[in-house]
Amino acid sequence: MEIVLAIGIGALAGSGVWLLLRPRTFQVIIGLSLLSYAVNLFILAMGRLRSGAAPILPAPGVGDPARFADPLPQALILTAIVIGFATTALFLVLLLALRGQSGTDHVDGQEPEA
Amino acid sequence: MNGLGAHLIVAPVVLPLVAGAAMLVVGGERQRAYQIAIGLVSTFGLVGIALALAIGADAAPDGLLDVYRLGNWPAPFAIVLVADRLSALMLLLASLIAAAAAVFSIARWHRAGPHFHPLFQFLLMGLNGAFLTGDLFNLFVFFEVLLVASYGLALHGSGPARIRAGLHYVAVNLAASLLFLVGVSLIYGVTGTLNMADIAARIPAVPAERRALFEAGAGILGIAFLVKAGMWPLCFWLPSTYAAASPPVACVFAILTKVGAYVVLRLWLLLPGAETGTLAQFGGDWLLVGGLATVAFGAIGSLASQDMARLASFSVLVSSGTVLAAIGMGGTDVTGGALYYLASSTLAIAAFFLLIELVERGREPGADMLAVTREAYGDDDSPEGDETEATIGIAVPATMGLLGLAFVGCALVIVGLPPLSGFVAKFALLRAALDTTGGPDTAVPFASWAFLAMLLTSGLAGLIAMTRAGIRVFWAAPDRAVPRVGLIEIVPVAALLLLCAAQTVAAGPLMRYAEAAAQSLHAPHDYLRAVLAPATDRPPRPTEGR
Repeated sequence: MEIVLAIGIGALAGSGVWLLLRPRTFQVIIGLSLLSYAVNLFILAMGRLRSGAAPILPAPGVGDPARFADPLPQALILTAIVIGFATTALFLVLLLALRGQSGTDHVDGQEPEA
Repeated sequence: MNGLGAHLIVAPVVLPLVAGAAMLVVGGERQRAYQIAIGLVSTFGLVGIALALAIGADAAPDGLLDVYRLGNWPAPFAIVLVADRLSALMLLLASLIAAAAAVFSIARWHRAGPHFHPLFQFLLMGLNGAFLTGDLFNLFVFFEVLLVASYGLALHGSGPARIRAGLHYVAVNLAASLLFLVGVSLIYGVTGTLNMADIAARIPAVPAERRALFEAGAGILGIAFLVKAGMWPLCFWLPSTYAAASPPVACVFAILTKVGAYVVLRLWLLLPGAETGTLAQFGGDWLLVGGLATVAFGAIGSLASQDMARLASFSVLVSSGTVLAAIGMGGTDVTGGALYYLASSTLAIAAFFLLIELVERGREPGADMLAVTREAYGDDDSPEGDETEATIGIAVPATMGLLGLAFVGCALVIVGLPPLSGFVAKFALLRAALDTTGGPDTAVPFASWAFLAMLLTSGLAGLIAMTRAGIRVFWAAPDRAVPRVGLIEIVPVAALLLLCAAQTVAAGPLMRYAEAAAQSLHAPHDYLRAVLAPATDRPPRPTEGR
């Protein structure tokens, strides 16, 4: 499971970085989204991978905490997703504004001279 | 402390939040008067609160006013807010600059786009929260609040130049935020906690094979903050964004780079763990070299700047580079000097950003700022329109003389010439860097000489750049209209400069405060003990509502 997750994070992050460095605003925004997925998975991995384990203890003093999943990274990811949504929306507005103002989707607002 | 006093620490976060939300409720673009009133009450209230916190922190025996446990959970499990000397100093600085910018904006700038005042309050909330929080992930959340508000403010007034610079600003900061998350999660993966004090306490127990992972996390986290602080290879977004932002916004942005410097200062001195010393000076050389490179880049940039807004943006880089290099030197005295320098240079640069707009207003030909403004507000809501003369209020007599005087004041502080606080700050930095208390034979390390050379050279470069800009504006042929400057616009500039002057007059007590703050930063035992103390050690809060 670990190796699959690691490869997945690596593929997402690699594609994200490559797209982030592209000159078109739409590619940049997709790159940022892919990167944020990679980071979210990475946070999950930092809380140790475990399948079929509940994140919340059923009652106080029941069971061994080591058998349960770490709930904190899941809470962090939730927060990061919400913040990511907000910033992506803002970036989209900005992208459209730049497109409308300059008539091009290049990140510098003008086409490079050939 | 009891009663309301116990909740004073959370007030800098709650007050702007409530004020911003209230503005959205009463607001609407038609009722700016209410928004202005709420904004001014909140902003000046913050000045008072920050002052009370600073005085309280200074009076407390260990320089630590209080640890505020949200929900009264014990520290490692819940979020804490911590007010010590450094946080209180940064809060005070931020609120003073915010008050000046808020007053300046009501002359005309807040009409340039929607929701200026609520965004401004949310920016303050994020700033104050970032200064107060004692929890890494909460720091991320407050950082994002601050950044999202700053995206809105950077675009305030719209126009192609702002949108183009804003797009770069948003993209760079989003990437930096992702790095921040990676760093935080690496540190969490190694130590299993997010509370800064708890992390510092657990570092000695981290096994050696995990140490590299921890350092990688700390390094990535550092990069995220250094992007914000504008360290050299990471700062190319800064000048264009700051130069394109509207003046009151650029004025508040002067403190945003210092948030990065603040977090570096806080974490870099806290995390190595006071007891271990194994991680001490981790990355210090990088900070020093990067800081010096930033100063060099800023100095060259300010020499090359064609208009004053860019000149001011490069001064921001010089200022934050100096602070970073001083932190990297790693001495207690140098850190104290750096805090004093941080306060004085930030105030002066904030005043300079406001002043530029007033000065450039009268320059018809070739004034970039004005052209940008024109494009942005061509239509009915134009701040440059003729209806403004009535709304600005009384025009100040002897405008050019007053503006020239303010310009000289800004230049003196930013460059660091006597008699204003910039000189005191640079003198303190240099004296601490060349300190040879070990005896007459102690050699001054090469790093100190490099620091000294860079500080003096950047001062000279700044002086040349400022003088040239001043000559071009104030001694040019009088083929230009004298700008109409309202009282409400010149007063914030004058107030910020008077604060610099006051900082000079009160240099003794302020320097003592800065050095006390630096000492408690370099020996964070008290911080750790106070944060990690069981909640039962402290008397239960009388107003337990939650």
